[in-house]
Amino acid sequence: MQIFKHTNFDFLRWRWHAIALSWVIIIAGIVTIAMKGIPKGVEFAGGTVVIEEFDDQSVTVQKVREALDRNYTGGGQNTLVQSWGDPSARTFMIRVPQVGAESGAALGKEGQQVEDALRKANLGNFRRVGGQIVGATVGRELESKGLWATALSLIGILAYLAFRFQFSFGVGAVVATIHDLLITFAFLAFFQYDLTLNVIAALLTMTGYSTNDTIVIFDRVRENLRSMRRDSMRDVINISVNQTMSRTIITSGTALLTALALFFFGGEVLRGFAFTMVVGIITGTYSSVFIAAAIVSFWRGTAPTRAGAHAPAPSTSPTAPSRRVRPEGTTTSAPQQPSRRAKPQRKARAS
Amino acid sequence: MQNLRWKVVTIVAVLVAFASVGVYPIVAAWRGIHKPALLMDKQLKLGLDLKGGVHLVLRVNTDDALRIETETEMERLREELTKRGVMYTNIAAPDSTHFRVEGVSQAQEATFRQAVTDQNVQTNFDRSSGVNGTYTFTMKPNIQVSLREEAVVQGRETIERRVNELGVTEPSIAQQGQNGDQILVQLPGVTDVEKAKEIIRNTGLLELKIVEQGPAATREALMQNGQAPGGMEIVAGASTPGDAAGTVFYLVRRVAAVTGKDLRNARQTVDENNQPAVGFTLTNDGAQRFGKVTAENVGRQLAIILDGRVQSAPRIESKISSDGRITGSFTQEEVQNLALILRSGALPARMDYLEEQTIGPSLGADSIRSGVTASVVGLLLVISFMLVYYKLSGVNAVVALVFNLVILLGLMAYIGAVMTLPGIAGFVLTMGIGVDSNVLIFERIKEELAAQRGVRASINAGFARVFWTLVDTHVAALISCAFLFQFGTGAIRGFAMTLVIGLISNLFTSIFVSKTLFEVVLARRHQVATLSI
Repeated sequence: MQIFKHTNFDFLRWRWHAIALSWVIIIAGIVTIAMKGIPKGVEFAGGTVVIEEFDDQSVTVQKVREALDRNYTGGGQNTLVQSWGDPSARTFMIRVPQVGAESGAALGKEGQQVEDALRKANLGNFRRVGGQIVGATVGRELESKGLWATALSLIGILAYLAFRFQFSFGVGAVVATIHDLLITFAFLAFFQYDLTLNVIAALLTMTGYSTNDTIVIFDRVRENLRSMRRDSMRDVINISVNQTMSRTIITSGTALLTALALFFFGGEVLRGFAFTMVVGIITGTYSSVFIAAAIVSFWRGTAPTRAGAHAPAPSTSPTAPSRRVRPEGTTTSAPQQPSRRAKPQRKARAS
Repeated sequence: MQNLRWKVVTIVAVLVAFASVGVYPIVAAWRGIHKPALLMDKQLKLGLDLKGGVHLVLRVNTDDALRIETETEMERLREELTKRGVMYTNIAAPDSTHFRVEGVSQAQEATFRQAVTDQNVQTNFDRSSGVNGTYTFTMKPNIQVSLREEAVVQGRETIERRVNELGVTEPSIAQQGQNGDQILVQLPGVTDVEKAKEIIRNTGLLELKIVEQGPAATREALMQNGQAPGGMEIVAGASTPGDAAGTVFYLVRRVAAVTGKDLRNARQTVDENNQPAVGFTLTNDGAQRFGKVTAENVGRQLAIILDGRVQSAPRIESKISSDGRITGSFTQEEVQNLALILRSGALPARMDYLEEQTIGPSLGADSIRSGVTASVVGLLLVISFMLVYYKLSGVNAVVALVFNLVILLGLMAYIGAVMTLPGIAGFVLTMGIGVDSNVLIFERIKEELAAQRGVRASINAGFARVFWTLVDTHVAALISCAFLFQFGTGAIRGFAMTLVIGLISNLFTSIFVSKTLFEVVLARRHQVATLSI
């Protein structure tokens, strides 16, 4: 079975449209963030904890959860109910996120609202045995350090790709990753998902996925560059993208399948995480071609990748400069070939 | 053929090893079968959301932080005054925010003031002068506030480093209380409150001080006029178990040569008698100071004081600069804990426990059920797709995927990772993305087959061609993980740690396991005309 047998789309023809579309989404995202912001998850905001002891023997964690789901507004999935001590002691710790600005009165007000909600549910008599205003579980340390760590990791990837491929490839991959982050943030803002730790984990996973996808295409470009020296970078990229098309579709397909399963069946808890992944997988696949590869093609222009090709390298077959979509050369040792060349051209060696 | 046999043996060995750590304890706990302690010790724990844990609230004695600041400032001034020959009758800190110098003669007043100015005492302290050459230094109110805040934040960060060194234990740690001086710590996977406290308990304040006198059997033997001489203090030795009477006392300098703050690293090691010990490395600045002090005091004893108890007092044989060792009567486990505590830094102040309680899971049974169902569905979708699309070769990919799963679970259990519901979802997602390696290889084999090459040649070419692609994608990801781990904190470190494990496991299964499986199948047939892919 094969999804795409011999595709020959001119992907790069659409690069300007794609870039325009990306900008529209990113700008719309920035506007939305400026106007509505991205709500921060309970880990960043802190909240109120009350501990309530119930008299009625039949009260369970489940019943308290249901009561709050029905009667306590503004908590949503961030309202946590846990048994406190022995579950049979009918004492429960209830944690609700902080609403509005921090204030000393929050414990009184939010605690009162929780108790009102419980009273409405007719769970019998109960009394408060403890309560506290809790700060954010994620320190400011994580935000600043997290940003730094991400920025440095992108520079690391840039350096590695510049070393293994060419500088322009590194730039393309990193710009594509930043693009994906911006697009995903835009969608988080459009749909107002909370920025929780899980969503951050999904964002990091997604950047890894995006780079991975880009490298796979770049790798094919590098391989084809060896045999298609009279062709422009644009043609080489187009052919490489077509050759890797079925792999791209299958991989993003399996990844998307799992993310969608989590999104539809995973319940409230996993929704933000799964949503981020769904958006990230789509944009990560899209950006490999329309951002990363497009940048390399801008960088290298339409000139032949190697003007007035020198003596062909040992691996090059005579019919190599071909536009047909089919794998060239079949020697198994092809990837190591460049290093064997006597006095390699700088570009050729890097490619 | 011989070669192939060894490959299969390697694979089976790896599978058994990881399955016994990662999978067996889960199955054993679930089915209630025999649980050898060796395996259960390292089992994968469930997170606060799935199983609950222990809830602790600690109050930070922020006065400690103020006292340390006041005393340090006082000692610095004392040294400076001695150096300049300024005479005084007494210098003391009556409480945590004041210190007082008494009896400075009028003739030396100017020198005294100059010493105070040069030492920049007035950055943090207000000076007021009284009769008879008495000067009182009071810590500025804004400095007090910021020192208290800093102590709580530092305490919180230190606890976080202690309980979550690799970022995979998923605790919940927050500041709380009206004054913000309480720290809430929820630890998953522990049901024993005492055990949880043990992890946090030790302050971990390390001080290295020069011994002036001792050891002596009683405190009184070291005193002069009923108190320790100026600039000195008396510290008790660590009691040896079962020998309460054997406590000895040392008279040491009050100012530490170096403290835990000057440590760059701490690790387990052994002393010259092969007993467990903790080795440490000092920062450049610390090493410089330590080198100077030890050079000046060759032949004297150096007290290694941990949380106010002398662990050992070896003689300084020669100048020591960057590396040292803490010896004492430690067990292997104590050494391991001590190294972790020293690495994570000392708590800036003492802490009291206000609340300690076990807590139940924060997610309802139905939330857990839907999350787990979705994860299983996701995994099954990937498996069925691979089987339908790649037919028999899909079986190869699925076997590789199962291996991947087992290796991941085993490694996660080994590093003490805790599984939360999003963690499980992330796991499944890793599998969905991880089949990319197989897809890349299989698509390449298809291309080779389409170019009319033989089955064996196509398989070899497919793996060989894709090898460098996989190396590039995985190395790029490993580089990014290295940065995330090095510069991130908490959950970000945990993410990087988990991903590194996933990447290595994926490389092993997609290249080595998958290729071997093809070889095993092909080895049985002489003529291979077709490949089910």
